[in-house]
Amino acid sequence: MVTALYIIATIALFASFLKSKDKTMLSLKKAWKSFENILPQFLSILVIIGVMLAILTPEQISHLVGSGSGWLGVIIAAIIGSITLIPGFVAFPLSAALLQNGAGYMQIAAFISTLMMVGIVTLPVEMKYFGRKATITRNVSAFVFSLVVAFVMGVVM
Amino acid sequence: MEKLIKILKRYKIFILLFAINLIILFLYPSIGKKSMELSLKNTFEMLSVIPPIFILLGLLDVWVKRETMVKYMGEGSGFIGIILAFFIGSAAAGPLYAAFPVAGVLLKKGSKLSNVFIMLGAWSTTKIPLLLFEASSMGVKFTLLRLVLDLFGIGIIAYFTERLLAKDERKEIYTKALNQ
Repeated sequence: MVTALYIIATIALFASFLKSKDKTMLSLKKAWKSFENILPQFLSILVIIGVMLAILTPEQISHLVGSGSGWLGVIIAAIIGSITLIPGFVAFPLSAALLQNGAGYMQIAAFISTLMMVGIVTLPVEMKYFGRKATITRNVSAFVFSLVVAFVMGVVM
Repeated sequence: MEKLIKILKRYKIFILLFAINLIILFLYPSIGKKSMELSLKNTFEMLSVIPPIFILLGLLDVWVKRETMVKYMGEGSGFIGIILAFFIGSAAAGPLYAAFPVAGVLLKKGSKLSNVFIMLGAWSTTKIPLLLFEASSMGVKFTLLRLVLDLFGIGIIAYFTERLLAKDERKEIYTKALNQ
């Protein structure tokens, strides 16, 4: 998918260049500006993720969200998912491993769902674009929704 | 000199966090080293997905007219707006925080707020390559069930978040986007 994005961006850039050189330069300038604008926050997030993941190991997570941990485990899993930022390509194998090591479907569903939808570390970035109220509303409702997903998963799986 | 101070000011939180990481490295070498490695790895991962996103963003900003965006994703864009928002989010790559600048440009061009939230929702949970990956590690049943639930969830959250904002609060978000 990343490759596809590169191909699309290259084609679009080329087409734009054929149509207007000035506009293309302007768009690149805008691209750089919007990247540079958000870069300090991006870098901060990257350091926070590093420290967090170094402290919170898979073994510790597994210990906290075992299948016998019930709703408390679901809440803990949802909180861990909300504060950590693990890329999907790491999160799914980790979740599969956690399941094998005794975590329950409900807890894992809560973890995956909040991991993807709720971002406590990225709140400042989100607020920069959406303001406080919209950001908090979105994150709180995503958190509650994740608990619903966990419940349904617990019933169905 | 003045310019340097300005840069330092903007990056102060990052510099502070980096210093904390260095202190951790000094006090707990194994954790510090691991966190440095993880940060570096994540930085490379971010840098690998971000260039095309921001290039497309710049092109969108320059070439797509406000009227066009309003027509397809603005107030009254209805079903097409929703589908387009889902498509942009699902076809994306990269972490959710890379979606915020995209959201900013959509808003700047006059996209409806709920459609922007749908794009964010899709970006966070229904990305196509990620779904395939999820199915291979968590099983098809788990993935499909989560997908169906998420499709409803994204819509509900988007609608709910937009509804809860007062008119002037919505206006402020658009003003923010224009000033980005």
